[in-house]
Amino acid sequence: MEFVWLIFLPALAALFIPTLFRRVAGIHTGWFVLIIPVVLFVYYSTYVPLTASGEHAVSSFDWIPSLGISFVSYLDGLSLLFTLLITGIGALVVLYSIFYLDRHKEKLGNFYVYLLLFMTAMLGVVQSDNIISLYLFWELTSISSFLLIGYWYTRDGSRFGALKSMMITVGGGLMMLGGFVILGILGDTYSIRELISGLSDYSGDPLFTLAAVLLLFGAFTKSAQFPFYIWLPDAMEAPTPVSAYLHSATMVKAGLYLVARFTPIFAGSSVWIWLVSGIGLLTLMWGSFFAVKQTDLKGILAFSTVSQLGLIMSLLGAGAIAYHSDDTLFRLAMFAAIFHLVNHAVFKGSLFMIAGIVDHETGTRDIRKLGGLMSVMPISFTVAFIGGLSMAGIPPFGGFLSKELFLESMVALKHFELFNFDTWGILFPVIAWIASVFTFVYSFYFVFKTFTGEKKFDKLPLKPHEAPIGMLISPIILAVSVIALFFIPNVVGKWLVAPAVMAAQPQLYSMPSEAAVPVHAWHGITSVPMWLTVGVIVIGTLLFTSIKKWQPVYGLQPEKLSLNALYDGVMTFSEKGMNKLSRFYMNGLIRTYLLYMFSFFSVMTIVVLFAKGAFELDMNSLSPITLFAVLNSIVAILGTGMVIMSKNRISAIIALGAVGYSVALFFVLFKAPDLALTQLVIETISVALFLLAFRHLPALKTHGETKKNKVVNGIIAGGVGLSVTLVALSAHSNKLVASISQFYKDTVHTEAGGGNIVNVILVDYRGFDTLFEIAVLSIAGIAVLGMIRLRLSRKESDDEKE
Amino acid sequence: MELLMAIVAGLIFTAAIYLILSRSLIKVILGTGLLSHGAHLFILTMGGLGGSSPPVLADGATNFADPLPQALILTAIVISFGVTAFILVLAYRTYAVHKTDDLNSMKGNDEHD
Repeated sequence: MEFVWLIFLPALAALFIPTLFRRVAGIHTGWFVLIIPVVLFVYYSTYVPLTASGEHAVSSFDWIPSLGISFVSYLDGLSLLFTLLITGIGALVVLYSIFYLDRHKEKLGNFYVYLLLFMTAMLGVVQSDNIISLYLFWELTSISSFLLIGYWYTRDGSRFGALKSMMITVGGGLMMLGGFVILGILGDTYSIRELISGLSDYSGDPLFTLAAVLLLFGAFTKSAQFPFYIWLPDAMEAPTPVSAYLHSATMVKAGLYLVARFTPIFAGSSVWIWLVSGIGLLTLMWGSFFAVKQTDLKGILAFSTVSQLGLIMSLLGAGAIAYHSDDTLFRLAMFAAIFHLVNHAVFKGSLFMIAGIVDHETGTRDIRKLGGLMSVMPISFTVAFIGGLSMAGIPPFGGFLSKELFLESMVALKHFELFNFDTWGILFPVIAWIASVFTFVYSFYFVFKTFTGEKKFDKLPLKPHEAPIGMLISPIILAVSVIALFFIPNVVGKWLVAPAVMAAQPQLYSMPSEAAVPVHAWHGITSVPMWLTVGVIVIGTLLFTSIKKWQPVYGLQPEKLSLNALYDGVMTFSEKGMNKLSRFYMNGLIRTYLLYMFSFFSVMTIVVLFAKGAFELDMNSLSPITLFAVLNSIVAILGTGMVIMSKNRISAIIALGAVGYSVALFFVLFKAPDLALTQLVIETISVALFLLAFRHLPALKTHGETKKNKVVNGIIAGGVGLSVTLVALSAHSNKLVASISQFYKDTVHTEAGGGNIVNVILVDYRGFDTLFEIAVLSIAGIAVLGMIRLRLSRKESDDEKE
Repeated sequence: MELLMAIVAGLIFTAAIYLILSRSLIKVILGTGLLSHGAHLFILTMGGLGGSSPPVLADGATNFADPLPQALILTAIVISFGVTAFILVLAYRTYAVHKTDDLNSMKGNDEHD
């Protein structure tokens, strides 16, 4: 079966959602939607044994074969793991949303269409082997995320958050496209698998590092890494199921997926390793530190997501080190990354759902107003407790295992001896440990400030009570998984994580079993990670109990020095700056625009003419000067001067006529009888026209033009005149090919049966010109008539103004 | 001869551009009139002015002037006449409606962006 089509199943199903929403009013639309992720989850689960044996499945469909662009669904350990997360958590989120969103108050049709669209996009991102179609799905996730964040589009915050996330992620996506195109050109293929296999041919290219950096821009913006994380906290305006699904479990992991997927290509580059591990660590630290500052439940979770994504990112960077060293020590990192990725998706999903439940049942998400909910919401508390402690890295929950693996990998980094790691490597475990302490603090802060402590129920907008059981099903399932992950880590490791690790580092392993790291809860009394964890718990507890004393430290940071202020500043500046700039040069005056055009024209012509050595004056080709021509030139120049100098209309018109007649005389002198005739007639009619309009035209006025204006006009006009003269001379002196006129002269009688060559050219050789010249005259005539005869009445023109 | 004509064409262009850059509508129209004269002379000059007889078959004539630029100019004259007539009437209508021929006061305002 061509399972590539299954990527599009959610999007196709989305077509029916609006109808179902409108026609089937009795049943919550979500129930129909739920079928899709469940079916997909079950279907994709059947591939687990295949990938666990190190194999992969491919299914493809040509889209634009001539350009090498196709939809290729490539299922290996890594894409299958992500696929199962997307469909599995997708099913739970849909189930949760059925109880979270009211059937009568919300526009469910919109919601589920966006959500299904997103699901297709995400499946496409993780399964695509073709980087162009990968980019297509990548941007589709940005768009559907934009729609979902702005779901409550009547709120300012939603629109702001949606726009911000769109700007940042699409900006990064475009950079990523640049990286893809470079890779495509270097490797001469768009297929990731072929890029990996042909790696040695192009990895030395100077553009290779640029491709790596551009690609990382895409990954960092999508996965909310420093400094691009700022969109994620604002995206919390989305409905909570969306936050749980997109902004914790799936979309923000697309960047991680990208980094993992391209590790086999870029792992050789030190820039890649430093950027991925360094930025990841910085994000981890930054996010965990600022999470404690937040007062909004979802805000805390947003910063916690940022921080955890940084953790996984730094592990992915460390995972690339395994390519440079045979030491098995470094092979741990990639396993830890993927394992924590699974853990995080599970516990963060449950925590978001709990935040949504608290919001739903109490009417607020402000942690300062909450407290003591444990007694009324025992089940929610239990789930939050499990999720929170897993996040903090405490046994017996899944997060503990991956946190230990993380610390172990970071400690190992200081043994790495390439790329200056022997000097700076020590920073990694230190920062990682401090960040773990803060992670511990905010996890406790989230769970215990909400559910324990003083009861302040009378201040809450709603009277708190336990959520309906339907809403609790999904978080409970996730919480159970959190515990299960602790007790059966090696089962998950064998079937899901190890195949993914092998897919991310195909050159290192030939079988998934080689990549599997035995995970133990107990490392022995002498192990470093064990003592680091003990340290985290001790210091974290101290910090948490004294949180009231040191939390004011966050007030010290002025609002103006934050990254959000920077983003806002850049946005306002570019908008205002551009506006100012275009108002500066587009001032609405015709003279200004003409000045631009004429000065550009003359400067370009003269500069190019001399810079390229194109100017040449061939004195031999000049024909002899006659006295008549000199005299006539004087007449023409005098007439021209008169037109400029004259103070009244009549003399200007007469002078213009004089120039016209002298031009006619030139035509006589240069043997052009037809031209002379036409010029005489036309000039006569023109002067007559001018005189006819004479009475209606305004007097010649200078309109207060200053001397300076006139001098500028004069200089520009002189420049244009000079360039015309130079071009005429140069063109005359540089005849590259012979004129075709000889053909006309030779054949005018034999072919066309005429004697007047000019006339025969006009009506026979080049008759089309004449046809449309007639058209021009007719159009001009009709237009003149129209302008004189047609009038909109005053009333109509008034209407038009409004 | 071509040198002289190139200079004449250049001078006519200079005057035309100078007029077009002024603020008075009527001067702009005079400028376009001059501009077309300059352009026609320019085309004629670049083709070469060497012919000793008009491009009409006649006994004994061999050294014809180049007929092709002449045909082009003939077309150009007619078109520029049509355009001149059109903008003349346009100027007349503009003046009749707006009661001004100052180009600086004929610009859009911000409400019509």
